[in-house]
Amino acid sequence: MSRRALAAYRLSFGAAAAAAAINSVFGLLVAWVLVRYDFPARRVVSALVDLPFALPTAVAGIALTALYAPAGWIGHLLPVKVAFEPAGVVVALTFIGLPFVVRTVEPVLADLGVDVEEAAASLGAGRWTTFVRVVLPAIGPALVTGFALAFARGVGEYGSVIFIAGNLPFRSEIAPLLIVQQLEQYNYAGATAIAATMLLASFAVLLAINLLQAADRRRMAT
Amino acid sequence: MSTREPRWVRWTLIAVALAFLGLNLALPLAAVFAGALAKGLTVYRAAVVEPDAVAAMRLTLTVAAIAVPLNIAFGLAAAWAVTKFDFPGKALLISLIDLPLSVSPVVSGLIYVLLFGLQGWAGPWLRAHDVRIIFAVPGIVLATVFVTFPFVARELIPLMTEQGRSDEEAARSLGASGWTTFTRVTLPNVRWALLYGVLLCNARAMGEFGAVSVVSGHIRGLTNTLPLHIEILYNEYNYVAAFAVASLLAGLALVTLVAKSLLEWRYGDQLTGSGH
Repeated sequence: MSRRALAAYRLSFGAAAAAAAINSVFGLLVAWVLVRYDFPARRVVSALVDLPFALPTAVAGIALTALYAPAGWIGHLLPVKVAFEPAGVVVALTFIGLPFVVRTVEPVLADLGVDVEEAAASLGAGRWTTFVRVVLPAIGPALVTGFALAFARGVGEYGSVIFIAGNLPFRSEIAPLLIVQQLEQYNYAGATAIAATMLLASFAVLLAINLLQAADRRRMAT
Repeated sequence: MSTREPRWVRWTLIAVALAFLGLNLALPLAAVFAGALAKGLTVYRAAVVEPDAVAAMRLTLTVAAIAVPLNIAFGLAAAWAVTKFDFPGKALLISLIDLPLSVSPVVSGLIYVLLFGLQGWAGPWLRAHDVRIIFAVPGIVLATVFVTFPFVARELIPLMTEQGRSDEEAARSLGASGWTTFTRVTLPNVRWALLYGVLLCNARAMGEFGAVSVVSGHIRGLTNTLPLHIEILYNEYNYVAAFAVASLLAGLALVTLVAKSLLEWRYGDQLTGSGH
């Protein structure tokens, strides 16, 4: 039982971290594009970013499974199996976590004054250098916060994952599902143990991220 | 010297961002409606008016009709207490408000099973008095209230913090009672943020799956909300019916998004208080 739990933790935490990482990269891109550029239907796109907040997780779950199943619109184009494999969990968690990164980074990006970038440009920095050495450090904390929020949400996510996951013990079973399993067998102690472990681990990760950010703030202030 | 990227860079970035959003957001949404209509309108209608589906709809609406007003009251009370007063334990209350958002929905449901389930703390007492909470509607309502609690409070607190206490103090100095101050000064100041919070709260209340799944017992026609009913249909390989019912919730999500955007667009500064 405990080996099964360990496998479930590995999947839940691993997939959540991978999805949060993907979302950090693309979420930053989306936030940048929404804040800095103007294009047709920008407002519609911006509203769409909140879809994972508004859409029930079960609806997202069956939609993603239908898309990535071997016969699905996307599934039949891919060389690897995504649905009913751990990769499917990452796909679902990417959907779920996207708004967290975008909405956390957007205001910071919007508030970033143009003057620092102009100073960098006047000193001869190209746009890429300016981005890497001026913009990124400024939005770094927000990006890390967005990652943390997406990660925390991903670890506990249930509805959008259980349809696409496959749910095979030791292989594609997420921790929340294991909790439900134990409850169905009236093993309250087992279920609570897993829940407590998940809470502790999430708390530890979030604490570590908060400490990192506090240290970063102190470093920037000196 | 330039603070703008070359045009081709800009349009490439836009294209990549839109492709990512299209793949991850737009396609799943389209898949719901495509799946629902895959066998035509007649089958769609049949799935939607089927008795178990209607029962699920009724339960979802009932739960939301109870949970949302309750959380309006709780959220207003919490936001009012936190922003207009100082008291010991205030920081703890603020952390507790965010608690439902940081735990897995399954764990939220587990809390209620541990409290009110047959082997739970209050289990024997409830059984002795023939009160059913878990595996019955009250449990679903409780779990939904718990997971949707933060939405109203979190919308109100930043705005009310920014607005401060001066309006209320002025009203009190003019002789208004506590209740009058609340209804005629505080409430109108936050009405759009409140509406925004209610929208989010309702969307989550109608769509909640994990927490409700744990406490509901999945009794067809009795304790299945719409999301649970979708799961049953899907597990029975009844895909068209599952997507048909799902399309109702997807439609609700779209309405929520539109209403949200409208509120942000017209009353943006009154939502965050940054217009003051």
